[in-house]
Amino acid sequence: MHLGVSESMRECEYSQISTRSSTPMETPYKKKTPKKKKWESFPGRNKFYCDGRIMMAKQTGVFYLTLVLILVTCGLFFTFDCPFLALQLTPVIPVIGGVLFMFVMGTLLRTSFTDPGVLPRATPDEAADLERQIDVANGSTGYRPPPRTKEVVINGQTVKLKYCFTCKIFRPPRASHCSLCDNCVERFDHHCPWVGNCVGRRNYRFFYMFILSLSFLTIFIFAFVITHIILRSHQSGFLNALKDSPASVLEVVVCFFSVWSIVGLSGFHTYLISSNQTTNEDIKGSWSSKRGKDNYNPYSHGNIFTNCCAALCGPLPPSLIDRRGFIQSDAPQLAPPTNGITMYGATQSQQSHMCDQDQCIQSTKFVLQAAATPLLQQQSSEPVILTASPENGGTLPGRTSLTLGGPCTSLPLGQPTPPTSTPSLSCHEATDMLPIHAHSHNHSHPLQEPVAHHHFLTPEEVPSPPGMLPCGSPLGHSHTMQAGFYNPASQDSLHEDSVRGLVKLSSV
Amino acid sequence: MRQSPKLRFCVQTHSLQDLQQPAVSSKVFIQRDYSSGTICKFQTKFPSELESRLDKQQFEETILALNNLYAEAEKLGGKSYLEGCLACLTAYTIFLCMETHYEKVLKKIARYIKDQNEKVYAPRGLLLTDPIERGLRVVEITIFEDRSIGSGR
Repeated sequence: MHLGVSESMRECEYSQISTRSSTPMETPYKKKTPKKKKWESFPGRNKFYCDGRIMMAKQTGVFYLTLVLILVTCGLFFTFDCPFLALQLTPVIPVIGGVLFMFVMGTLLRTSFTDPGVLPRATPDEAADLERQIDVANGSTGYRPPPRTKEVVINGQTVKLKYCFTCKIFRPPRASHCSLCDNCVERFDHHCPWVGNCVGRRNYRFFYMFILSLSFLTIFIFAFVITHIILRSHQSGFLNALKDSPASVLEVVVCFFSVWSIVGLSGFHTYLISSNQTTNEDIKGSWSSKRGKDNYNPYSHGNIFTNCCAALCGPLPPSLIDRRGFIQSDAPQLAPPTNGITMYGATQSQQSHMCDQDQCIQSTKFVLQAAATPLLQQQSSEPVILTASPENGGTLPGRTSLTLGGPCTSLPLGQPTPPTSTPSLSCHEATDMLPIHAHSHNHSHPLQEPVAHHHFLTPEEVPSPPGMLPCGSPLGHSHTMQAGFYNPASQDSLHEDSVRGLVKLSSV
Repeated sequence: MRQSPKLRFCVQTHSLQDLQQPAVSSKVFIQRDYSSGTICKFQTKFPSELESRLDKQQFEETILALNNLYAEAEKLGGKSYLEGCLACLTAYTIFLCMETHYEKVLKKIARYIKDQNEKVYAPRGLLLTDPIERGLRVVEITIFEDRSIGSGR
């Protein structure tokens, strides 16, 4: 007993000594960032809770609405209708209701909280390698890069893979870039605001089970609330029955309006599952026979039964982003976030070249400019500067490199926006991006960046920052989609957007 | 105190630092082969950069073994259906305390890659990176510049 205690104490001392001895060895650069987990510097627009275990989209307002609607309706049902029904009919009703409710909540939370199948962005080396391959394939040195697509044959069907300028990868078949979350998602189905997450390869089955069980639950509650009202009105008349249980009226109204969309949606997804399609593909009509006689879905397993089993009971793929893994203090994974933001400003390449130790004066000019530009644009820009400055001021030894990093990146965010978009939009964009960026600058080496950057700057990148797209109405997009049909970079994201609009419409 | 950029680059690249740390001369990326759908499969075409270090057969053997392991992980069959149905019945809460079949195979793959690195690749100045660290997109093979240290295999 005694021995055990002393041993644990010794262990404690041991670790203390070891940390103390290691700190002076570390460079001040490293000391600033002790041990960070990968989710803390995740490049996409996601929220993480519980130390990275839970992953959601940035906007979660509608998810809470869903949660409140389900909880309130079920709460009212269990408190006001179930006691009566259990006494008058059978106690099985609350039991079945309870099981259904638990299942719905379980699958909803599962859908919302899991990684939908986000593809990690390419490491700088991988991106550079792809870039070389593209250059080789296109001869050389084209001023304007040709449309970046790659064709592969899948089960006898030719499929085009598009290059994702944000993730620096050729998107695998069926993957698509979600412009709300700013991630490429495998087997992307749609971005569902109701569950506050993308629906993709890893959470599609949860999503399907959620809407299926929810439609059962809604029908169940609807049916038994009406039974309740009928039974009561037999005893004391219809109006008295309504007076006795006003909650039932509210439940009937909620159920009546939601049941159609939910049942319709689960029917639609049942059809999709049985033909192994995604919402995205179905709306685009990728595999419809209208496109050509021998157009067929290459992913289908051939029969409905296997398709259903594969989608619902197949092996569950692992998460590809190691959210809870530690970042090695200067891991290469950190560069992609900076790359992703690069594309917002065409001037970036020149500026990042200037990010050199001897360009201090230049950079202070940038600080002033960066501070001034947002102010000129709009009054609510304070967060931009505020987030930037404590980052810079907080680090004493690494100050030079950080101040250099800060202005260089914040400036292109502010500068190109006025001609392309409304001030409110640009400001939103800047506040969104900057904190992430400031983080990443703590780790990535200033000298390494220009090399990684200037490859990827192309005229095509500028018109398609994904964050700017969702601001139009779905109708507007379907219109512009026709006009900009030949712009390969923006076409896809526009299309995704219109798809999302349609999905929203269909589910409302 | 600061390391030179080159050295830093070299240190950051891999966790298998204890092998040998000469400069990274280049990296080869083996891309995915989508010809039979979205299952995880890598191209077996032998990259010319490796010609001086590795024989074609050895390379193909590694990639085929990896492909087989991934195929095992993604295989549709009674076992995976059983797992799926069981999980569904518990509203997918079972995954909080149970490892999926896929994850088990991934561990096997990690072991296999470590083994291959030790036996085949490291002595030749090469290093395989587990595809899961690159989002199952590529098999990354790092070529180290100086092979005089490791040549005594």
